[in-house]
Amino acid sequence: MIIGIDVGGTHTDAVLLSSSGIEKKIKEATDSTDLFHTILSCFKKLLEGVDPKKIKRIVISTTLTTNAIVQQDMNPVGMVVSAGPGINPEFFRTGDHYYCVSGSINHRGREKAPVNEMEIEDIAKKMKKAGIEYVGVVSKFCVRNPSHEIVIKRILNKHFKKVFLGHHVSGNLNFPRRIATTHLNAAVFSLHKSFFEAIKDSLMQMGLSIPIHILKADGGTMSLESSMLFPGQTVLSGPAASIMGAIPYAPKKQDAIVLDIGGTTTDIAFLVNKTPLLEPMGIQRGRYKSLIRSLQTDSKGIGGDSVVRIKDKELVIGPDRKGPAMAFGGPEPTPTDALVVLGLMPDGNKENAVKGIHQIALELGISDAEAADKIFKKCCSIILKKTFEMIDKINSQPVYTVHEFLEGYKISPRKILLLGGPAPYFAKKIEELYHIKTIAVPESSVANAIGAALARTTCEISLNADTEQGIVTAHEEDFAEPISKTYSEDDLIETAHALLKEKALHSGADPDNIDDVEVVEFQKFNIVRNFSPKGKIFRTKMQIKPGLINGFETILPHP
Amino acid sequence: MLKASNKTGLVFFPAFDWAIDPTHPEREERLLYTQDQVIEEGVFDISGIIEYKPELITTRDIRRAHFCVPDEKSITTESHLISAGGAKAIANAVLNKEVKNGFALVRPPGHHSMRVSHGGRGFCHINIEAIMVEYIRSHFGLKKIAVIDTDCHHGDGTNDIFWHDPDVLFISLHQDGRTLYPGTGFTGELGGPNARGSNLNIPLPPGTSTEGYLYVIKNCVLPVLEEFKPDLIVNSAGQDNHYTDPLTNMNFSAQGYAMLTSLLKPDIAVLEGGYSIEGALPYVNLGIILAMAGIDYSGVVEPDYDPEQLKQSVSITDKIKKTTDIVNNYWKGRNELRQKAGTPGNFEIRHREIFYDTDNIFERQKEKIRICRDCGGCFEIDSSASTGNHILGVHIPINACKTCIEEGYRLFDQADKSKFDQIILQDRTKDIYEIK
Repeated sequence: MIIGIDVGGTHTDAVLLSSSGIEKKIKEATDSTDLFHTILSCFKKLLEGVDPKKIKRIVISTTLTTNAIVQQDMNPVGMVVSAGPGINPEFFRTGDHYYCVSGSINHRGREKAPVNEMEIEDIAKKMKKAGIEYVGVVSKFCVRNPSHEIVIKRILNKHFKKVFLGHHVSGNLNFPRRIATTHLNAAVFSLHKSFFEAIKDSLMQMGLSIPIHILKADGGTMSLESSMLFPGQTVLSGPAASIMGAIPYAPKKQDAIVLDIGGTTTDIAFLVNKTPLLEPMGIQRGRYKSLIRSLQTDSKGIGGDSVVRIKDKELVIGPDRKGPAMAFGGPEPTPTDALVVLGLMPDGNKENAVKGIHQIALELGISDAEAADKIFKKCCSIILKKTFEMIDKINSQPVYTVHEFLEGYKISPRKILLLGGPAPYFAKKIEELYHIKTIAVPESSVANAIGAALARTTCEISLNADTEQGIVTAHEEDFAEPISKTYSEDDLIETAHALLKEKALHSGADPDNIDDVEVVEFQKFNIVRNFSPKGKIFRTKMQIKPGLINGFETILPHP
Repeated sequence: MLKASNKTGLVFFPAFDWAIDPTHPEREERLLYTQDQVIEEGVFDISGIIEYKPELITTRDIRRAHFCVPDEKSITTESHLISAGGAKAIANAVLNKEVKNGFALVRPPGHHSMRVSHGGRGFCHINIEAIMVEYIRSHFGLKKIAVIDTDCHHGDGTNDIFWHDPDVLFISLHQDGRTLYPGTGFTGELGGPNARGSNLNIPLPPGTSTEGYLYVIKNCVLPVLEEFKPDLIVNSAGQDNHYTDPLTNMNFSAQGYAMLTSLLKPDIAVLEGGYSIEGALPYVNLGIILAMAGIDYSGVVEPDYDPEQLKQSVSITDKIKKTTDIVNNYWKGRNELRQKAGTPGNFEIRHREIFYDTDNIFERQKEKIRICRDCGGCFEIDSSASTGNHILGVHIPINACKTCIEEGYRLFDQADKSKFDQIILQDRTKDIYEIK
């Protein structure tokens, strides 16, 4: 049996799945001041009358790190940043303890200026004096050559509890994002570690001694052990859980839209042939930009509990939430109240709902039913408008080859999958308004927990070979090997594949679920100097795509 | 947080799957390290820098600037259409006021392509700036446009296309033609009889450094622009003046390029040449992007940059000053030069021979232009090439006077079909292109 838990901002959803279907499902209010107890209470309820030995897999998705970021409740981190030529690294300052140091590596990974060890020693002293325990070290182009980061770490190691290095974060280029991501990992490390060690101990006491998997923002899982090095990857795993929960109902070889309609916000994502789209570079939310692999999601500040009001004679919905709907004891009219008034939603206090909607109706000079219908339609149109904007944006993403330009894939969704509480009521209306087949995912209120439970381990490898310099490297994996001039693209792919499998297994993947490998990127360049070929550069990125573990799709309820 | 003070649009199209041939300087690898630098610097994440996808230009777009022989399809690849489409995308973004300025980092380049194009010369098949300028004039109705070509090679293609056009100011700064391809671009090359002085060529001696370039910008280009008052400034931003460029002999630097860009304030910059792909392009392109966006570029310095070693000699400084004075005098005397150029209503004939080094084609041209004081003047070009193709192209300029329009149609109607493979009318006033 499998346990999946998704701790959300308001609710925590948990499911127990067996080979015959959903055994148990739980929805609890999240106590954001004590996530630990929220999680444990879910486990206790799921395990009531169940032999813990039968549990083969546990996946947890939490808002722990997200909350820490939002509440600025993070460890102070010392950052040592080596930039070399380019944009002033002061722009990427993460806090008071941020030091720009000498040393420079160029785009080919060649050292242009050395590390000044005295300078690092000095900074170490300052940071120690300030009580810093965790340090991040990032050098520009470390993904081409991490030697400066390693040298600096050697000097710092003896002074600090843990030193995080930029080249371990990602194989992708992007120095400012790497600084932010390394800083995040260091800043939430101790929180993440103590939290999950406590969870692990408590589960042990309940007789659950199997490995725990943590859900990442890319909709894949990682083992608890690997999460310790990259706790930042758990940020925004909530939206990912929901998207994964929609996969069983997505059409094959077609595109689908996933809408998770919550209380305050609606998350929007896309599935192409049952695989979610990934952010090209990493999570970004407003000003915050990272290299954390993530599903491409965006959220719109509109949901079932959004406040409905009239402003300048216009109907305005959201983006704020003042509490639950009036039908459920809230203070302001909401789209949920409109659903109640329209008789679409059987729950809640209809009298209160009418009271709220009536206010709106008066101001608009129409009947209650008309006002409710108008609110409902407007709600759908706001969500869909944002969705279509996202599609346009995705389809106009720049490409860098003639081939991609001419053959580039354009998403054109044929189906909408709705998740979240009000999903069943929205499906018919959206289909009616937009003529796209729309369904509410069965068990849509716990689909996120199901998504977490069934998500497989994902990972990505970036491998570079430079035959002029005679080296093949995946610095993110601490992998570097000498190569000869005759190194070929087949060799590269073979190496990448081997590294990817190793990484997946190391991250807790089940050996039966590591075959869905995809070459995300492959580039080959001749290096020519003074009109004669000097070697070749090969680059590849290979991944195990986000998806569900084998053998469970058929047990899920069908619409 | 890092924020651009000017909203800047970027098209980045490195055409990673296109090369003239595997070891040619114009090959897949050319913008690889630039891409690495730009992405590592997080340029596309800067608030106010917006990345655009290139468009694909149409045959119609090409036909505003060129007579392609035998036709557009035969002498271009998709890559050329996307590269020119990159410039077009930036033009749209700037002219629709989505951004203040924009930079098209595209390849292949285009500034050696002339009005008649039988194929590739100087790595160029179609002229991406000229196609963009003509697109802007037809779609946005701008009248006066300045094209400042800072590529190290004389922008002879752009010079040719706007040779007779008094409404397009073309200025080229380049290494002296006696020492570098294409061997033209001397101070006396000032444009056709109706447009004398609206083409300015500023040849610079080998060894010119940052000091020399900025001297010319401050003492010639900016004052001329001030007087010309263009509605739009385009920079053909070649980057082969760099001290590490393998094809040229100049001593320009990334800091210099960034300063030049800050001074010139182009609305649109389009990448041209530049073949020091590791040592120069990553830094120069970054410098230009930051300068356009109004972000501090003082840290953009080549790792091996040594300004002392790159200092230009006193004799070079003197030569540059002299050249600048000559060009300034031509500019001041442009009206007189036009008056003296011929009698209005008469036709002036010019014979030319053009070699296409990239495709190994030899072309002969006989050009006949109507002397006109009211517009750029209609003209016809009789062009025959070693490929066996022979065409007659008639051009009516976009701001043509009534007489030149009529004369243009007369030239087209009277042309003897038996003598040419194609007779083409390029009537820019109506934006039509007709083949008989």
